[in-house]
Amino acid sequence: MMRAYVTGVAVWGPGLAGWEASRPILAGEAPYVATATPPPLPSILSATERRRTGTTVRLALAAAQAATEMAGLEPDALRSVFASANGDGAVVHAILETLAGTDRSVSPTHFHNSVHNAAAGYWTIATGSGAAATCLGCHDATFAAALLKAMAEVACEAAPVLLCLYDAPLPEPLDSKRHTEAVFAAAFVLAPGPDGCLAVLEAEYAAGPASAELAEPRLPALRGLSRVNPAARSLRLLEAIARQVPDACCAGLLDGRVDMRIAPCSTAAAS
Amino acid sequence: MRPLGISAHTVVSAMGRGKAATLAALRSRQGGLRPCDFEDVAPDGKIGGYIGRVEGLEAHSLPEALAGYDCRNNRLADMALRTDGFAEAVAGAAERHGPERVAVILGTSTSGVLASEDAYRHRDGAGALPAGFDFERTHDLFSLSRFVRAALGLRGPAMVVSTACASSAKTFIDAHQLIAAGACDAAVVGGVDSLCRMTLYGFSALDLISATPCRPCDAARDGISIGEAAGFALLERAESEIALLGYGATSDGYHMSAPHPQGVGAIGAMREALARAGLRPDEIDYVNLHGTGTRANDAVEDHAVADVFGPGVACSSTKGWSGHTLGSAGIVEAVIAALCIREGLLPGCLNLTEIDPGFSAGVLAENREQAVRRVVSNSFGFGGINCSLVLGRPG
Repeated sequence: MMRAYVTGVAVWGPGLAGWEASRPILAGEAPYVATATPPPLPSILSATERRRTGTTVRLALAAAQAATEMAGLEPDALRSVFASANGDGAVVHAILETLAGTDRSVSPTHFHNSVHNAAAGYWTIATGSGAAATCLGCHDATFAAALLKAMAEVACEAAPVLLCLYDAPLPEPLDSKRHTEAVFAAAFVLAPGPDGCLAVLEAEYAAGPASAELAEPRLPALRGLSRVNPAARSLRLLEAIARQVPDACCAGLLDGRVDMRIAPCSTAAAS
Repeated sequence: MRPLGISAHTVVSAMGRGKAATLAALRSRQGGLRPCDFEDVAPDGKIGGYIGRVEGLEAHSLPEALAGYDCRNNRLADMALRTDGFAEAVAGAAERHGPERVAVILGTSTSGVLASEDAYRHRDGAGALPAGFDFERTHDLFSLSRFVRAALGLRGPAMVVSTACASSAKTFIDAHQLIAAGACDAAVVGGVDSLCRMTLYGFSALDLISATPCRPCDAARDGISIGEAAGFALLERAESEIALLGYGATSDGYHMSAPHPQGVGAIGAMREALARAGLRPDEIDYVNLHGTGTRANDAVEDHAVADVFGPGVACSSTKGWSGHTLGSAGIVEAVIAALCIREGLLPGCLNLTEIDPGFSAGVLAENREQAVRRVVSNSFGFGGINCSLVLGRPG
């Protein structure tokens, strides 16, 4: 199994307003109430760049910034893996609408924001980062695939990696073909060494489907959310980090899965 | 790094179908660009310009069991899988390693977006998309890797990388990392991007499409010609004639659609690639440039290449043949790099009248025959993503 240490974590979704507020909920110590939770504005983004970005990108950056700050790392040298099933659906829809009309003058800003790696681009611009960045889009397997990629990068490069997952609903009429609910983001800083770690994570790919019991959140109240937003498939891992007890879980990747083992850092150090 | 073997590779672009056709186009200096005749995109020189279109896609059909994936992008993927014996080579790898140990890691920038473009034009009175439109298996990014994985009968990890014009180059890095970390034993890498209105009109909106066939490195260059292509490589720890020797990946952290003016990210990617390969700059025989043909890209890249390799290194862009195939440019040019090494051929830039007098790298204007051991291939994308690969004979 590939191993990494979680040194930073962030979450943003309905009723989950940042890690501090969400930790007791995810640990089952406080009730979950699915209230609308407007995403925060990432302070790293300049006013100009903020105007150029939409909700989806800003949410991703806010989560990335929070996890990086918790890890106590300077973002300008941090490798990053951004991952989103839908990307910025509002931008894609706007372009498709334009292309279906008679005047097909696509907005230049829309076009350069339409690249799937827009969030990664704005992140590296905002942080002045020269480090490797990538972006994956893997439908409902986005969490599993991106986790596998980030874990492999930590192991192979012996360097910390920021993993940022984000997804939001597509506008109509796309939503009727690919339904997503809520606006959700989660970010993890995965490091090769245990300094300042919250949990130790091991992961590997395995053939055979994921069982719902191991893939879905323990809290029944969160299961609906994990089914309607691809980024929210990370909720089981977020719960395991919050609970601070050893856990095993998985995430589906087509007809295979990524198996995970999570333990509090103190336990892992002793094992 | 330990060289990672390239056991098989193939490419389909406007240059032709397969390695032999691509090599013949390079040798004869016969490019594949033609006036834009794609769908209803007007060939008025303002929008469209020239394109690199793959012949026969409209008539190509997917295997019956995978017909639900039908769209231009997946047809192009399927055509490449059935070229140069690539699918058969992957079947061999699946038998050696087990189908669950072979990953599919592919890059695309727009996947099957053309299907959504068409569907938007056929909305009903209430604005709903046609009942038969299958977003998940066409437009969705993951459609590409799902289709290829199913077509090859693989059961391993799958992902789609979408980092604009660096997408398919990046898949070599992901495969190396997954194999090194033990997550798989072999990987199908590469990518596919196909013609669509979104990129033709989008690059036009940025005023980046040339009215003529693109002229990378030319003093009068004025933009890109968009092309479409599919290419694949099978990577595994095995003896091979040509291997991935090194890679470098950086970010500009500068601008969404303009390169860093001093090419800091590009220089960093090339230096990192050399360091991983354990090679000095003078041990590289040829640099296949990203060389899109825009004013900014080619000038910045020339500066960066000269900075890393000195003024003499032989370099050129092959986009005058293929057009800029966006997310698939990295795999197209990796396959071209492999052909150059095997055949001892350095292609000079096509459509070149006068090398930009401000350039200081050794831009090739004509083909040259010489022994080629190692090639650096550059791919840069919107969002400031830079990727350099070193391909060569191992050892």
